[in-house]
Parts: sequence; structure tokens; C-alpha cells
Amino acid sequence: MRDARILPWILAQPARTAMLDARGWTALLAIAQAERLLGSLAHRLIGINVPPSARRVLDGALLSAETGRTQALWEGEMARRAFAPLGCPVILLKGTAFVAAGLSAGLGRQIGDLDILVPRDRLDAVEAALLDAGWEWVKPDAYDDSYYRTHMHELPPLIHRDRDTMIDVHHTILPLTARITPDADAMIAAAVQLENGLFSLSPEDMLIHAVAHLFADGDLSGGLRNLWDMDRLIRDHGGTEGYWKRLHERSARHGMTRHLSRALRLCHHLFETPVDPYLAWEGRKGDVFYLGRLLARNGWGQEARKPLRLAFYIWSHWIRMPPLQLARHLWTKWRKNQAKA
Amino acid sequence: MVEPIYTADPASGFHSVRLDSLTAIYHRRSGVTHVVAEPVPEIIVSLAGKQLNVAQLCGDLIADPALVEGDETRRALQARLDELEEVGLVSLA
Amino acid sequence: MRHQFSVKVGPVGFRVGSAWRAPVAALRHLYAQYPQPDGGITDFTVRLEPETMLRRWVRQSVAIEGDFMLPGAVPMALRHGLLAAEMGMNLQMAMGQRHFLLLHASSVERGGKVLIITGESGSGKSTLSALLGERGWRFMGDEFALIDPLTGLAHPFPRPISLKNEAIMVMADRVGAGRMGPLLADTPKGDIRHLIPSADALANMMVPGVPALILFPRFGHAAEVRTMGTSEVFVRLTQASTNYVALGERGFGALTRLVTQVPVRAIDYPDTESAIALVDQLWAELA
Repeated sequence: MRDARILPWILAQPARTAMLDARGWTALLAIAQAERLLGSLAHRLIGINVPPSARRVLDGALLSAETGRTQALWEGEMARRAFAPLGCPVILLKGTAFVAAGLSAGLGRQIGDLDILVPRDRLDAVEAALLDAGWEWVKPDAYDDSYYRTHMHELPPLIHRDRDTMIDVHHTILPLTARITPDADAMIAAAVQLENGLFSLSPEDMLIHAVAHLFADGDLSGGLRNLWDMDRLIRDHGGTEGYWKRLHERSARHGMTRHLSRALRLCHHLFETPVDPYLAWEGRKGDVFYLGRLLARNGWGQEARKPLRLAFYIWSHWIRMPPLQLARHLWTKWRKNQAKA
Repeated sequence: MVEPIYTADPASGFHSVRLDSLTAIYHRRSGVTHVVAEPVPEIIVSLAGKQLNVAQLCGDLIADPALVEGDETRRALQARLDELEEVGLVSLA
Repeated sequence: MRHQFSVKVGPVGFRVGSAWRAPVAALRHLYAQYPQPDGGITDFTVRLEPETMLRRWVRQSVAIEGDFMLPGAVPMALRHGLLAAEMGMNLQMAMGQRHFLLLHASSVERGGKVLIITGESGSGKSTLSALLGERGWRFMGDEFALIDPLTGLAHPFPRPISLKNEAIMVMADRVGAGRMGPLLADTPKGDIRHLIPSADALANMMVPGVPALILFPRFGHAAEVRTMGTSEVFVRLTQASTNYVALGERGFGALTRLVTQVPVRAIDYPDTESAIALVDQLWAELA
């Protein structure tokens, strides 16, 4: 299997698994694992008749996702307890938010670190509260530390000393050196309170965040999963009165209309997501390269299409940093890697 | 200063197994396993689904009224509660 | 991947892809008597990759990749490719197994009951289980003991036994060359040779047993038997399990049931013959 297209094909219509042979199954499972979508795939295949050995792998992934869910919600709760005296809301981002809000995007999701959004002017207080509650800095490195604080949109990562779990504290959703600057204050103001006392972004901002994360915050690695999240969010929220109109307004507010448009087209192409055709219209050129990069994984789970990957990697840094800074950043990283080797 | 009030998840939130002098407790909400000595299991049982301050907890746990009043007892119990709060087994209500 | 291999060990199916022929050839020889994965679908994928493009041909070094990977793992020389494949399979189990509680232990079976021998590398558990496997016990595994959380039974996972240094000579004399893999000299853990489990062990690789005795052995001391506190055993076994936390409450249930129902002893032994004598004695007494 040369690329990963079998995965979105099955996720979009799970009954298509009836057409798979042993080789197809093995490739599907390896690709899903490599793209961190095995739990999501397993959820889609609940109740579908699959070969027993595939069922074993899928059930294992569901068990993992269940444990991951417990841990993610607990991390959110411990953060809430740490922040309670500050009166500062804990706004969950990404996987933990999906799970805490009971969204389809949370079903079977493999969750990594806890990502939260806090107002920029509360960062010092938040940092102090976390350190007080048992989180510590992850191996401080002078260059990375200063880079994070000055240029990235988050505190350097923290790890809890007893639970060994990471928390990433963001104060906006894109690195400050990008040319696009979303309105973090507006996102915080529109945050929605959940049952457990934690908060999530509004439905529209949640999608915008996923779009931002897909394009501007990385080189498209993990892109398939990001787009799957978007598909699930749109399925949950797309039927709500006024959703697409609000989405358009928010994307304009955050300077993300072109990116939203591309993301919607990619979603529709991969997962048959029902999208508003007007919003999905802008700027088709280049879609084929994005699709090529998103599907650059073979049936053994290896990264395929190395030159295309490298092109995206360099490009993603380019749009995040001014050229001189990019050169300095890559030079320092290269020097550090040489020292390690 | 406001008297701290403590609480813990209801009994269904814990799976406890007595091993020997120590007890293994699986805390369902966190997925964390704790191996603890007396009086921790008793503290958790007392606080399960309830809200108590330190004095009330002392009263629950200790039969001897003289000990219940004692400063040292209160301090020891407070120390245990601080530890349990840190690992999330009890929380401030 | 250019060279491919697949195998089923107990309840788990693996496939190994390799950029080079030699490791796959060695795997095929070692696992010649093993079955293939059910329905051709594997549980885990291991990949032996060149560390960088150049290292495919020059000072070849093998990076271990797959469904689960450890960042910062040191690549291995190509001549140790077989060991890299074995480590890769161990890694997938350690990080990805969810249907069984894994204990870092060897196990052997007799009369439907299972002896579990825990211990870090160097405690002698592999050699002991290998020897017992040639002396009327059925070998079930030397790296991982698999405990089913639903039934409490121990399930076989009989991969070839990794014998190190002196243990190689001990076993090679007993079983003959036909059951030994190639000598892997000067690995990071010394010399290693794999012992292919007996035909009986392989024929019964899907037959579980009831855990009846757990031993914590210590090599290189005068023979002695000690009891252990249940909570001490519990804590040590959580440390000896790679997936206890990932299994959540099922892992808790499986492990508390194991430590409260199965007798446990710590044994010190000066040599393998003493160990076997202690095993026979304790088995008769407790199992």
C-alpha cells in the first residue's frame, strides 16, 4: 500500500471494510496506528463485522482510549483544582476538550498532553500555581526556554512530578512570529462552560483552532487526525442554527478565512464531510500537494514521500519565523544535533 | 481564616483491596493506584460523598473523646489530609 | 519493506519488515516451527530501518521502529539484527499489549499449574525457565508472563529464550545445535544465543494454566527461602509490569487477585542445581 488513502476511505464509510483482505486490514491498522487514529477507527468499527484478529487489535485500541480518557479528564480536574484560588478559567483545547464536552471527536481519541488556554496577563499567576501544585519544568535548555517564552504561544512545557504527565499552557493559538494573529481575547471571552467546571472554546472557535493547528502550527504531521477532528466537529455542530455564518465571522476575526476554506475542502475530499460550499470556495490551487503530504504514509506505517515532507517542514518554519530568525533557529538546532551525535 | 472543608468521591469511586497491614486503593476517577496505611482508608470512607472539617473528621475516626480534642491529633490528621489532597484522593469542598 | 517476516507467538501475531535480508533469514530459521498469524492479520508491526540513508550500506546500523517506538533508542549493528528484531517485538508488547497484564517474568507449567519467576535481567529467570523446560516442565515464556484479567489464568508467550554468556554453554550442551540460534557476540548485554523452545512448548502455546507459585529469585547467594509481605509483592509486581497503568482497573483487579491468592517466596541460590532443588521443594509444599 503506497499511501494512506485507505484510512480516510474507511473512516468515512466503515461498511467498506467488507472489501478488505488480510493485506488491506494489516495496512489499514498499521497506518491508523502511525496516524494516531487507531482508537477513532476502532470506534467507527464498533458493531461492524470484522475478522477476529482485527477485532482483537481494535478492541485493544478501545481499551487504550478508555484509559487515556480517564487520565485526560483527571489532568483537567487537577488543573482546575490548582487554578481554583486564581479565579482563572481553565479553557481546555484539543483532545481533552472533545472528551470533556462529550463530542464525537473525543470518541476513541488518543490524547497526549493537556493543552489549556489562559489569558496572557494571568500567565505568571498560572505558572506559579502550577509549580505550587507539583508541576515542574521539563529539562530546561536556555535556548529553547527563551524561544518558547519570547516567540511561541505557550509556556515551556511542564511535567507533573508524581504523575509524569505534561501540561502545555497557551496564551494564544499561533506562534507570535506568524504573520496571522488570531484574537485570543475574543476566544477566551466566548469560551463555553462544561459540566465539570472546566471550559472549552465555542464550537466555531474550536474548529478555527483545529484549522490553525493543522496549517500554521506545524508541517502537516498529524494532519489526517486533525482533519478527522474537524470532520467530527462539523458533524456535531454543523446542523446548529447559524453555525456556518458564525464560523465565517470568526474566521475573518482571526484572519483564517483562506485556511478555513482549504481545510474544509480537504475534509470534504477525504471524509465526505458536508461543508458549506461558499466557505469552501477560496483558492483551490495547491490542494493536490496538501493531499499528497497528508497521505504520505505507506502500508508498513513508514513516512513516505520524503522530499514532499521536507518541503512542508521547511515551509512551515518559514511562515512562522522571519527569514533571519529562521536561519538562526535552524543553525542552532543543527549545532545541537551535531553535539548530540 | 475559613475552616477548610474536605470531601472525597463517593464509595463507588474507589476499589479497595486489603493486602496486609497496607491497603491497595484504585481511585477510579484518576486511574491511579495508591498503597496506603491506616488511617487513610478510614479517612476516605468517612469523607466519601460527604463534606467535613477536620474536627468532624476527628470525631468520626477516633473513639476516645480526649484524643479527639487534642491538638496533636488534629495536626496529624491535617498532615494526612494535605498529603491526600496533593494526590487528589480528597479535595477541598 | 524489502524483506518481510511474520509469526504468531501464543495469542499475539507479529510482522517484521527489514531493509536487509540477514535479520529476516535468521528470524525464519529461529521461528521455523511456529504458526502464522490468524487470518494473516498481525497485532504488531516491527520495522528494522537504516538509521540514516547512508547507514543502509555503510557501517550499517539498525534503528528499531514500528507501531510503538522509543525516542532516543541507540541503533544496533547489522550483525545484531536478530537481536534488534527481538527487542522490537518486546517493545511492541511492552507498550501496546492491552488484553493481558504483562509481568516481566518467566513461566513454566506442570499439571495445569504455572510457576512464575520474576526478576530483572541477570536474576537468572531465563536460564531457570529454560532448564525447567528441559526437565519435565512445559516452557511458557522467559520475557513476559501474560495474565488474563478476566480469568486470572497465565497464558503462554513462548518466544525463543534469550540466553546470555555462561548460560549459553549450559544449555547448548543439553539440547544440541539444532535448537540454538546463531551466536550474537559482543552485544551491549554480552554474548547472546537464542534457544528454540521444545516441540511440546510450541504445540501447547495456546494452552493457559492457573498461577500456583510466584518466586523472586536472587542468584549468587547461599540457598535461602523467605516469605514476602503481600503489599511488598504487589508494589514490586507493579514495577515489574510494563502495562499495569495502561490496563486501568482491570490491571488492578488482576494483580490484587494474583497477590492475594497465589503463594510467593523469595529465594536465594548459589547455582542452578540448587535453584531447581528449591523449586521442587516449594512446588511440592505450596502449589
